[in-house]
Amino acid sequence: MQNKIAKNSQLSRRNFIKISGLVGGGLMLGNPLQTLAASGEVSAGTLEHSELNAYVQIKPDGSILIYSGSPEMGQGIKTSLPMIVAEEMGAAWNDVVVEQTPEVDTEKYGRQSTGGSYTVFLNWNLMREMGASAREMLIGAAAEIMELPRTELKTEDSRVKHLYSNRSRTFAELATLAAKQPVPDKTTLTFREREDYRILGTSKSQVDSLEIVTGQGDYGIDTRVPDMLYGSYTKCPAVGGTLVSANLEDVKKMPGVVDAYIIKGNGDVRELLDGVGIVGTSTWAVFNARKALQIEWDESDASKDNWDEFVAFAKEQSNTGDAVLFETGELESAIDADNNSVISSFYEYPYLTHLCLEPMNCTADYRSGRSGNKDHLEVWLPTQSGPRFQTLAKNRYGLEAEQLTTHVKRMGGSFGRRTSGEYICEAIELSKLSGRPVKLTWSREDSIQHDFFREGGFCRVRGAITPEGKLAGWEEHTIGVKVGGKPSRFTGVRKNSFPLNTAANARGSLTTYAMDTPVGPWRAPFSNTHAFASQCFIDELAHAAGRDHLEFLLEMMGEPRWLKDQDIRAMNTGRASGVIKLAAEKAGWGKTMQKGHGLGLAFYFCHAAHVAEVAHVSVTDDNKVTVHRVTTAVDVGPIINMSGALNQVQGSIMDGYSAMAGQKITMRDGRIQETNLDQYPVLRIGAAPEVDVHFIQSDFSPTGLGEPALPPLAPAVANAMFRATGKRVRTMPLADLGYSV
Amino acid sequence: MAAIKVNINDKTHTIEASEDMPLLWAIRDIVGLTGTKFGCGIGQCGACTVHLNGKPVRSCLLPVGALDGQSVTTIEGLADAAGLHPLQQTWIDQDVAQCGYCQTGQIMSAAALLAENSKPSDADIDAAMAGNYCRCGTYIRIRQAVHTAALAINAAGK
Repeated sequence: MQNKIAKNSQLSRRNFIKISGLVGGGLMLGNPLQTLAASGEVSAGTLEHSELNAYVQIKPDGSILIYSGSPEMGQGIKTSLPMIVAEEMGAAWNDVVVEQTPEVDTEKYGRQSTGGSYTVFLNWNLMREMGASAREMLIGAAAEIMELPRTELKTEDSRVKHLYSNRSRTFAELATLAAKQPVPDKTTLTFREREDYRILGTSKSQVDSLEIVTGQGDYGIDTRVPDMLYGSYTKCPAVGGTLVSANLEDVKKMPGVVDAYIIKGNGDVRELLDGVGIVGTSTWAVFNARKALQIEWDESDASKDNWDEFVAFAKEQSNTGDAVLFETGELESAIDADNNSVISSFYEYPYLTHLCLEPMNCTADYRSGRSGNKDHLEVWLPTQSGPRFQTLAKNRYGLEAEQLTTHVKRMGGSFGRRTSGEYICEAIELSKLSGRPVKLTWSREDSIQHDFFREGGFCRVRGAITPEGKLAGWEEHTIGVKVGGKPSRFTGVRKNSFPLNTAANARGSLTTYAMDTPVGPWRAPFSNTHAFASQCFIDELAHAAGRDHLEFLLEMMGEPRWLKDQDIRAMNTGRASGVIKLAAEKAGWGKTMQKGHGLGLAFYFCHAAHVAEVAHVSVTDDNKVTVHRVTTAVDVGPIINMSGALNQVQGSIMDGYSAMAGQKITMRDGRIQETNLDQYPVLRIGAAPEVDVHFIQSDFSPTGLGEPALPPLAPAVANAMFRATGKRVRTMPLADLGYSV
Repeated sequence: MAAIKVNINDKTHTIEASEDMPLLWAIRDIVGLTGTKFGCGIGQCGACTVHLNGKPVRSCLLPVGALDGQSVTTIEGLADAAGLHPLQQTWIDQDVAQCGYCQTGQIMSAAALLAENSKPSDADIDAAMAGNYCRCGTYIRIRQAVHTAALAINAAGK
């Protein structure tokens, strides 16, 4: 695998720091720089460790504890954020020990949530401040002890070193005195220059690697606490059904069952739906007891969703819809102009489930207050947001922060899934009813059928081309879902998405169809479907115009410009062209391919990342598809952890391919038809393509990589399949078109 | 309920459980070893892979009652007094994991492969590992890590 690093100085160093400061500056914090000693809460020296700020402690053995505030779900944040702190501090990475922040306290730690691939971006300045502040306090201590001016001291390899002699002190030697130093004023802190980085940009294995490979990983589902029961929760297979009756007495006779309950919910799918809870002496006992369970549901208000009916509706409504969301320029003129040619295509994409390999789970211990004490709730919780749990606990249970103990656990995948509250509420209810700590575990079938799905939908794209083969107009009409009367957050048309953000004459419209099936964020939400329709259609337009896709795409980008100056969420056409050219060059774009093989290109901008991919695909006469290689160029600014960044790109490509190949969730009469992996195929190791990744490490603020490499994969593969076969792919998954992988 | 004697990681455990409880849940909930993971419960994902008398099996489908007197190795028993298994060390060195949840099952399948075939080809690896699903898509690194660990084992003359 090659990792060529191109430096792209579109901004001066001074501007880089200024911009980083500006864009990250919106973070609201209490004062994470405050120390216990400085605050007077405890006197320094009474602690076994020396706390330099909320994120950094130095232990007597010389190890440096750095907290990670953001939950870890496989995106590598527990390693990358502490790397930023260690870099600024001048710590040796081998001395660093990373732990999850021990409590949820946004005043003290900042966001403590992860999602949207924005965690690196939103924490970049805070982490640098934590590291730089610790460094200045260590230097202050060294200046006192060594009787040297601060300006003659620097930090490196967990030591403060004198610039002009061999004299140095270890961080451990300085720690106690450093903790008593005045906390530096945030505005005086300076950060290291990129060329001096020793940790950032290198490859570090995840901080939990040893625990993972020895079976000691800290996942929520592995929680074991004294006196704990195991729990299950059975809901109506059609979402929204209410419980009429259940044969609890039969269930209670099953082996290992301790108790069973009918639980009435509040009708909120994100909190608590009606169900039967069972607690017992093992996970198997409660799973097995469900076999004896018979529940009568009232389904009068339950989901009646049918995927096939949605498809039929969409095909009828496939032209311009009733709600025009925005319009720029003169689309009608571009479409109607006599000499322009107009083509249109209709794309379809299915519902998907998250399929996190660790099933949904939560352990809760609800202790009712006795003799005047308040109630207390302790949870062991796989979640993307501890603060969101605090809000839920307050709103639903009236529990204040001091009544909560929250252990945020490593997640066995999330992809946007672990952001809701229902699996937490179910565990809490079981603990309240049984009076014991309960570990609730969902079966795989529960986890698939009671998901917040990636919604399926349809997109009609229409384009006009001038006689010279230039893009004259672009129109998107989406047929998406509304749930609970409102269009889903991830359906519709976004003016800031490519190419609606650059096309001179453009229009976007939306027709919605009412569905009750819950939907939610799924890795690169909106983008994972929009990229397919829009980036396939650019290739269709280029082909219709007799143009090369690469050349046509670069022409659409036009002059290098930031579409909204200093806004990291706005596309930069210069960065876009940079990755497009690099991916094409590295893939050998334009070379002659053997029969049945093709190269396909796609670009997309989302999550502040510019990503281009070229897929090399072959298709046999009997429709067997092989993706041989995906060449990728990525600009997310400076890379924090090279190994982690590569991992996210490789994984996103595999994930996108797996979804495209055969994954589809359907519903009939409100019931999700797919139950387990035998009906929802996942690609295995033999299907994994080679992935060639090239980073353009531009001088913009670093941004995240958990999602943005996924959206370009499907259109790149679809465009390559057209080159290989002459047939367009406008429907996902490929299995629906008769292809196999 | 029955008392079933199973040797797990060179130690005999008497497991008090229904005979039809799958080995997975006996290991996790009764013995208390949680490195073996629950993924699908139908033998499709491989997260629950352990060795039964040296062969890789899916513990989610194996009734513990059938295992009286037999030997099981879980991920917790893969390292020995000399240290980590070369696969474990390579997995760390090459930063294979993302979420990491499937990786103990992946390593158990790979260890069974290397015990049989010390110089596997890509095709051998793909065949032996086809029963292990990785939602994060770490397959490229898994394949490379198995090759590297095989070289390490051969170099050590094990």
